Amino acid sequence: MTDPDREQPWADLGLKADEYAQIREILGRRPTSSELAMYSVMWSEHCSYKSTKVHLKQFSEIPQETPVGKMLAGIGENAGVLDVGQGYAVTFKVESHNHPSFVEPYQGAATGVGGIVRDILAMGARPVAVMDPLRFGPLDAPDTARVLPGIVAGVGGYGNCLGLPNIGGEAVFDATYLGNPLVNALCIGVLRHEDLHLAKASGVGNLVILYGARTGGDGIGGVSVLASETFDADGPAKRPSVQVGDPFMEKLLIECTLEIFAAGLVAGIQDLGGAGLSCATSELASAGDGGMHVELDRVPLRDSTLAPEEILMSESQERMMAVVEPADVDAFMAICAKWDVEAVVVGEVTDGDRLLIDWHGERVVDVPPRSVAHDGPTYHRPYARPSWQDALQADGAEALPRPATGAELRETVLKLVASPNLCDKSWITDQYDRYVQGNTVLAQPADSGMIRIDEETNLGVSVSTDCNGRFAKLDPYSGAQLALAESYRNVATGGARPLAISDCLNFGSPEDPDVMWQFAEACRGLKDACLELGIPVTGGNVSLYNQTGETAILPTPVVAVLGVIEDVTKRTPTGFQSAGEVVFLLGETREELSGSEWANVVHGHLGGKPPVVDLGAEKALAELLVEGVGLLTSAHDVSDGGLAQTLVESALARDIGVIVTVSGDPFVALFSESAGRVVVTVDHSDAERLQELAAKHGVPAAALGVTGSDAIDVDGQFALPITEARAAWAATLPSILGG
Amino acid sequence: MARVVVDVMPKPEILDPQGKAVLGALPRLGFDGVTEVRQGKRFELEIDGELTEARLAEVNEMAEKLLSNPVIEDYAVTVVA
Repeated sequence: MTDPDREQPWADLGLKADEYAQIREILGRRPTSSELAMYSVMWSEHCSYKSTKVHLKQFSEIPQETPVGKMLAGIGENAGVLDVGQGYAVTFKVESHNHPSFVEPYQGAATGVGGIVRDILAMGARPVAVMDPLRFGPLDAPDTARVLPGIVAGVGGYGNCLGLPNIGGEAVFDATYLGNPLVNALCIGVLRHEDLHLAKASGVGNLVILYGARTGGDGIGGVSVLASETFDADGPAKRPSVQVGDPFMEKLLIECTLEIFAAGLVAGIQDLGGAGLSCATSELASAGDGGMHVELDRVPLRDSTLAPEEILMSESQERMMAVVEPADVDAFMAICAKWDVEAVVVGEVTDGDRLLIDWHGERVVDVPPRSVAHDGPTYHRPYARPSWQDALQADGAEALPRPATGAELRETVLKLVASPNLCDKSWITDQYDRYVQGNTVLAQPADSGMIRIDEETNLGVSVSTDCNGRFAKLDPYSGAQLALAESYRNVATGGARPLAISDCLNFGSPEDPDVMWQFAEACRGLKDACLELGIPVTGGNVSLYNQTGETAILPTPVVAVLGVIEDVTKRTPTGFQSAGEVVFLLGETREELSGSEWANVVHGHLGGKPPVVDLGAEKALAELLVEGVGLLTSAHDVSDGGLAQTLVESALARDIGVIVTVSGDPFVALFSESAGRVVVTVDHSDAERLQELAAKHGVPAAALGVTGSDAIDVDGQFALPITEARAAWAATLPSILGG
Repeated sequence: MARVVVDVMPKPEILDPQGKAVLGALPRLGFDGVTEVRQGKRFELEIDGELTEARLAEVNEMAEKLLSNPVIEDYAVTVVA
């Protein structure tokens, strides 16, 4: 027995003095080491959202319905579930796995994919596709050469082994991500309405079954240590403890779990992710109507030397926990045996209100489950508009020297097309299986990823993820709205109706009032935008402490928007499809260059105010794009890099050039990054119909020119042959990353 | 000339999916009684010239930087001949 007077290692476990005192108060005694372990992981920033929940709660003020119906499960579940019609529901969620991916890029990224797939699976849905928004340091930095190939291989390795298509995402480079890459992982799942399952432990006498991989020493303390502290801080508990993923085990877990659902054998279910058994037992018990009793020594171990607190904190991958009626246990076990998945009854639902855990007959945990899972500390962290914000906003990019001649514009286009954020990303996306399962309709480099979910009716869903962290730095409120607006627009560009968002909020240290202000502003921006667009936040994730030393990353609120399309065969493709079609620019172009790729690449400049957000215009544009399905022969969003980049990408899609005439200052027309714009094409005979449609929705539509020829030809300025544009666009990643 | 062997193994606490797959396959092929399989890799290096302390230190550096992933693997350097 341990000496009861000895100081407990609460500080090493990441708890603050007042948190430790609160635990003692809840229990009315000194916690056992197992209880201390549970509270420390569950009250960590990563699990408890203690710094952010005061801001996140405004998302639940948004009406929990989408433009086509009510949400079937909302924020607070493992993932939100949306009705998409025809009896189908879709669930999607984006999460971060940033810090583990810095420590061990391959396994960190791989287990990030595995974790989000299990979240989706726990809702009763079949995972159908994944996406990965990634952020790295400068492309030519030595550490990028270490982390990027590993992360990309990890995302591909795990997802490809599962047989899940990777249909999009982002790869963005900025100096602030050096030493703190962002690996966000998104998964989309499909289910029938009646198959929805929620995480709760109900029904006294029901049994608690742990199934899947054995428990080892993976990621012990990872959730509180890896995710909540920076790397350069020293301390005994800071050792990286790397989780290793086994995608073949996960595949068995998926099929096994779906068969168990289909047989109606679960009363409640929860995946094991961060905080492992601590999280699963306390969350299941606190969501149910009774208590829970677990015999921890029944947990199958990979390493027999593990102590009970280590078992409770272990983040071994590919595990699930189910609550099953006693009469169904044999059938449950038979399905697990069929799939070669180890399953053990570890406990039962009790009529008390405590979570009780025993270890070889000794009680090691006796706690109110809510106090672990939900009643963690809430911080009202101080936040204030940074003292440097005004100076940053006053330093607009509009004053920077600009290209003046046609030849200079041409050089600028080439330079931007080859820049890391705008260049061809196929070096990355070619490592992912984008078409496995045969339901992928759109994938990189299209504006959104689109998946068919019914082979008879061709019902489909589409998802895009976006964030321009430079805009968010200049103004986090409108930067977050711009991320949402771009993602929303990208979904509509393919012809899908945007329904809901999931967000992954990546920020620096919440202990820095500047960062906390960025976070608060971003949340406020997202809430206001969701209210105006009439779409809910279905869930998401917050990742804090993303910084190297004192330098925080660019505030990076990645926003994923999901949309529905009734017939995927009618979607609008990205990029020019044939010659002789009329090209229109929809939306209004203003002189907005601050935070643009032009300012970034040509001048290394970040200052000024980001483009104006006009959500009314975004909504009207989206309605036009959805109604224009069938009329529009192609559509491509205008965002990073401005109209020039959109024209080049549209031309490169099928090697079909374009001749355009731009009005006003050609530099502004080509490089401004005004939001709410899309380049569309229509058949020559449909030009008038398009103008009528635009007028109906109040969207400005300017005829730009005609597709055809073998160059991007800006009348009176320059002609850039497609071959030359392609060479510049495609060379960047291979020349630095090899291959 | 000297031959140096570098054995690389996943650290004991790290999950080894390859070893697990082999462990699963053995009884299916009728081989019973194996309770644990860990799979690693072996590098045989032919070193030019005399194997000095400095050269051996360099081999350790190779093992650390290229042949193993020290975050999840251990290595052992053995001089064979």
